[in-house]
Amino acid sequence: MIMQINNLRSLTIAVCFIPLLWVVFDIAFDNLGSNQMQALHIRLGDWALRFLWITLAITPVQTVTKWRGMTEYRQLFGLYAFFYASLHVLVYLAVDQVFAWRIIGIDILESSYIWFGLIAYIIVFSLGITSSKASKKLLGKSWKKLHRFIYIAAGAAMIHYFWQLKGNLAEPLFYLLLIFMLLGFRAVIWFKNKQLSQMMIPKGRASTDTESD
Amino acid sequence: MIIKTIKNIPGSEITDPLVFQQRRTLIKAMAAMMLTGTSIRTGWADSSKPIWSAVPKSRLSAHELVVTPADATENYNNYYEFAFNKEDPRSLAQSLRVDPWSVEIGGEVEKPGTYQLEDILSQHPLQEYIYRFRCVEAWSMVVPWVGFSLGDLLKTAKPLSSAKFVKLTSVHQPDSMPKQRNNGMLDWPYVEGLRIDEAMHPLTILAAGMYGNILPKQNGAPLRLVVPWKYGFKSIKAVVKIELLKRPPISSWNKFAPNEYGFYANVNPDVPHPRWSQNSERLLGSGFFTPRRQTELFNGYGEQVAHLYRDMDLRHFF
Repeated sequence: MIMQINNLRSLTIAVCFIPLLWVVFDIAFDNLGSNQMQALHIRLGDWALRFLWITLAITPVQTVTKWRGMTEYRQLFGLYAFFYASLHVLVYLAVDQVFAWRIIGIDILESSYIWFGLIAYIIVFSLGITSSKASKKLLGKSWKKLHRFIYIAAGAAMIHYFWQLKGNLAEPLFYLLLIFMLLGFRAVIWFKNKQLSQMMIPKGRASTDTESD
Repeated sequence: MIIKTIKNIPGSEITDPLVFQQRRTLIKAMAAMMLTGTSIRTGWADSSKPIWSAVPKSRLSAHELVVTPADATENYNNYYEFAFNKEDPRSLAQSLRVDPWSVEIGGEVEKPGTYQLEDILSQHPLQEYIYRFRCVEAWSMVVPWVGFSLGDLLKTAKPLSSAKFVKLTSVHQPDSMPKQRNNGMLDWPYVEGLRIDEAMHPLTILAAGMYGNILPKQNGAPLRLVVPWKYGFKSIKAVVKIELLKRPPISSWNKFAPNEYGFYANVNPDVPHPRWSQNSERLLGSGFFTPRRQTELFNGYGEQVAHLYRDMDLRHFF
């Protein structure tokens, strides 16, 4: 049983590297098209976004399937979101701008879509470096609070995606729909739990409880 | 692409690149012959040579620039009538019917009329213009256009003194243009506009070709505008109508998002797009670890065109 789970975990770790291999392959065989720089940004950005979405899908999937033990996969996918987002940022700084800091400065200052990308990355970075069990213990209650920022990261990443397009919104709308479903699921659960607790608790106390919320 | 070629040539497993090259040139030359009425023999006699490789270079052409590989230019097209991405127009545009083609010139002119493309091309000697091309999306290329001065064409229609602006309209061919068919995004047909002095400026050309050959359909065949000091969306493709007007026309992108795309759309590194910087650009064909190019005011054509905007606040008239 343990062996099986470990195998699945190793398999997942390996599979999540495929997008990177695919990108490397396309670079090697000159498959990135006319604007290879732009293509590289989009490819890595897309995968960072996808892994962030997968991370956010774990809780709903766990609730529906009642399969416990997915928490470590949530961490794994979250780390891959961090990994691909880091590559995305690194490619921008090193491969595209080649550390021309003055131009980078102007670019960031004048491009509002980059601000949202930066917000998303700062959050994903903070969550990535505090993802270990040790930091979870160390941070105690504030760990959960900190990691709720993932919702803000998702929103910022979504805006980052929308904000740089000239008009074709089909693809980002697809991701927007997905994130609405993922967050909507949580809202429904939260609302149900609230209703449930209100039914359980005598009226007088329930009102004070909601106030303190 | 390579796979396709092999399929198209039965009995051969490996395609000699030279054969492939010639085949392409031949197809293009044949298309050009249909279009321009050039005799078929000239095309056959020297099929390895692009048909317009011998046209004289314009004195406005920037010969020192390194031309972007044709492959990049032909595979990266903002042609929203066909698709919202830049890769699909190449195949989708092949259904566009470009023969016969005529251009209607009207409005504030003494001699309005409809001109056949063959007549226009025979009356206006073609020249090669190597120009920088800067997209509003912060990428750029260097394209060797084959064309002639728009001003020269306008003069044949004798503009009246009341003509202050020029409106250019693209073809409306919904049966071959998917996004026109389903009313995608912009109001169709595509419309662009210039001030009369911009339209008459010698740098402003109508192009019928590029890289010594006739214009590929995805690049705006059979006739497109090229205004090198303005963002690419001003350089309207597949032009069918040119009207001289008293008042400025409303261009397609300006109508779609007036706060983002102005009427002038002059390349200007100091006036960012509301959502992104215009300070630098990615030159297509430049490899990884090559820094972006610093964008120049008026795309580097300031010496020739800055006087047109002397007393204007370029932040306001973006």
